[in-house]
Amino acid sequence: MKAYIRSAIAISPQKTFNNPAFLDDPAEYRNSRLTSIEPDYSEAIDPRSIRRMSRIIKMSVASALACLKDAGIANPDAIVTGTAYGCLEDTGLFLTNIIQENEEPVTPVAFVQSTHNTIGAQIALLIKCSRYNNTFVSGGASFENALQDALMFLSENNAANLLVGAMDEITDMSHVVLSRLGLYKRQPVSNLNLFDTNSKGTINGEGAAFFLLTNTSSPNDLACIDAVATFYKPEAATELRQLIDSFLVSGSINYSDIDLLILGNNGDSKNDEIYSQLQQSVFNGIPSINYKHLCGEYPTSTGFAAWLAANIIKQNNIPVVLNQGKIPKNKINKILIYNHYQNIYHSLILMSSC
Amino acid sequence: MDQLIADLKGQIVVQLKLKNIKREDIGDDQPLFGGGLGLDSLDVLELIVLLKQKYNLRISNPEDGLKVFQSVRTMAEFITANRVQNM
Amino acid sequence: MNDPVFIVGAGVISGIGNNAAESLDALVEGKTGIDKIKYLRTNHSDLLPAAEVKLNNDELSAMSGLAPAISRTAMLSMIAAREAWDNSGLNKNIPSLRTGFVSASTTGGIDKTEEFLTHFLIDNNRGKLRNIINHECGSITTMVAEKLGIRNHISTISTACSSSANAIMYGARLIKHNMLDAVVAGGTDALTRFTLNGFNTLLVLDGEYCRPFDQNRSGLNLGEGAGYVVLVSERVASLLKRDPYCALTGYFNANDAYHQTSTSMAGDGPYMAMSGALEMSCLQPPDIDYINLHGTGTQNNDSSEGAAIQRLFHPHYPKMSSTKSFTGHTLGASAGVEAVFSVLALHHGMIYPNLRLQTPMSAFPFVPETAFSRQPDLKHVLSNSVGFGGNCSSLIFSKL
Repeated sequence: MKAYIRSAIAISPQKTFNNPAFLDDPAEYRNSRLTSIEPDYSEAIDPRSIRRMSRIIKMSVASALACLKDAGIANPDAIVTGTAYGCLEDTGLFLTNIIQENEEPVTPVAFVQSTHNTIGAQIALLIKCSRYNNTFVSGGASFENALQDALMFLSENNAANLLVGAMDEITDMSHVVLSRLGLYKRQPVSNLNLFDTNSKGTINGEGAAFFLLTNTSSPNDLACIDAVATFYKPEAATELRQLIDSFLVSGSINYSDIDLLILGNNGDSKNDEIYSQLQQSVFNGIPSINYKHLCGEYPTSTGFAAWLAANIIKQNNIPVVLNQGKIPKNKINKILIYNHYQNIYHSLILMSSC
Repeated sequence: MDQLIADLKGQIVVQLKLKNIKREDIGDDQPLFGGGLGLDSLDVLELIVLLKQKYNLRISNPEDGLKVFQSVRTMAEFITANRVQNM
Repeated sequence: MNDPVFIVGAGVISGIGNNAAESLDALVEGKTGIDKIKYLRTNHSDLLPAAEVKLNNDELSAMSGLAPAISRTAMLSMIAAREAWDNSGLNKNIPSLRTGFVSASTTGGIDKTEEFLTHFLIDNNRGKLRNIINHECGSITTMVAEKLGIRNHISTISTACSSSANAIMYGARLIKHNMLDAVVAGGTDALTRFTLNGFNTLLVLDGEYCRPFDQNRSGLNLGEGAGYVVLVSERVASLLKRDPYCALTGYFNANDAYHQTSTSMAGDGPYMAMSGALEMSCLQPPDIDYINLHGTGTQNNDSSEGAAIQRLFHPHYPKMSSTKSFTGHTLGASAGVEAVFSVLALHHGMIYPNLRLQTPMSAFPFVPETAFSRQPDLKHVLSNSVGFGGNCSSLIFSKL
């Protein structure tokens, strides 16, 4: 079942929200933490609703509402979200409160908003959407699972549309913890030079991306999502190649049909090995770009990648900041996003022009 | 009493994360709920936590809370009455 | 797309038993699992009863095969999911099966995160990293899936207290869309200080044993546990030696869109969920023989769910009860635990009692069952779940 992307909105460490220009002025970061560039929310969200919202809720709700507005849809038939960490700030706040106050009564709002489906629920509450509402928290496959759910939903229902989103936030606490786990570069590096470092570690990222998908086309659609797949810990490059082969076969696609690959390289030399192995084999000769120097590495970064792919297809243009070598000569009709998060979940998202 | 009312207004603004409302905007007798501040049932629970944390007074159900939280003045009266009892 | 999905395995652990057989014994005998808190270290242990699984972490570790330092949520999941998987017989047969594990949770590894933070908050360099690496709900799922040898599809759902129902729905849809042949679906949640204090600060915990659907009810008791069913396609069901337990004939999710933590007084969300599930299963309200209620025991839930039932079923009320009077509210696991109870009710022809119900709610003309009974001709069982954020799901299980 293919889904038409009627609108796509992202809040990210780049100027992606409320900005008609397409990544023409990349934001540079010189440390390992990329922070979303947030808009003035008073225009995007009713001020009475906003007071309790944490950063991830604001980013996500603002993106979702803007996405609906762009698509001209007041009330979608479903809301599906994917987030690996959920509402971390509220979770951390409530846990800290319990510990420091020694279980004396503590703020109920942080507890309520720590729930992983808070964002999907908040959107439903704000627009009074009583339809299907689901949230996936499958680590590095959270957004992909949400997309799979969305594609199934669209094939089960006639003339349906739905809102699907990916979101994760960095908090001060999570950044320290993930840094202690050795995920990030020890030496300061500019995100714009991320792929030149050839060293251990990546840079931390975050963001929210929302898409309004429908099963009927309209003149302003950005692109289509043709298929999505996730693979859990493929045993070796050979198994991964077989899985990619069969993914393409099931969609009747040849490697030569792919105009552009969007790859999840994150600047960590070990992490990126698998991408170069594939580029020397099945992906050989296919133009490719990386994206994590713009949004950082996080489990739902493929939400940003899908936003990017939709815009590249619609505009038939690859912004200069993404040109890292060979670029397609012809019109960009098909993009394959391939990503893995910490070599646990690998995923493919196939997108095409409508 | 006046000092307590002033303190409470400040504490309410912080605890409930009120936006665009300053302590001086809240009237002593203005209804806290249904009175333009846009408060809801989760705020009742937050105010119950405020009373426990700042004044060591316990309210164990939301209905009792709503009586106490009619206005800043009724909150202050509740605090004064129960503090005296405790002494 | 409308091919039936069958249930061929079930596994459960909760405050009333460590497996399906023990749970059934307790349900027949009317033995509640709610007690004084004994295993969780909390200041509230004398004040707030709960239905804990009656095993400490070392005992759970021995039973699950996971290390004792692993989150209790994972150990509960492992025990119930393995019981379901073994029970299905699929664990050894049919090697080329495309299998999936869809597990729900709201707490994930937060019991360990809390241990970590106790040290981390004093000094950022302190806290054992092994206690934080499984914070995410998703990592609990993958850990258990690996032990079960399931890897074609592994996903985790978290929609508060309806999480497991949505996991079962998602699993069934993956089969209907011919993406998988067999799915272990359900959920897990351990009792934690995080949830205990969270619900306590919402003032919805009863200091006595909870009394769902009683006029004088005053809140819920938390519980913990895990419950999973094994869903298969018709083709796979036909390959198995034993007949399936039943079919999952209807499911529906709807959002009440009323409030973050409560449902509308008219019960719009539960009403839409039940109606949608009935429509899918091509059944009429009088066809339902038993409702396993969400029935938490809070003022709001029971009024709202009751109103929805009245709207949909009046005047033909099926038998109904809340098994949370046995297990407490196991949150993200509850719809999984109650799916297993629903499947067993159908299979054995049993209606479970709603314990401690003395004064029926005056607002409604119906009264949940107060005594255990056998009813061999049960055909259709409806199970309700309602979660924070207005997330409402209903499942219908039907005898073959």
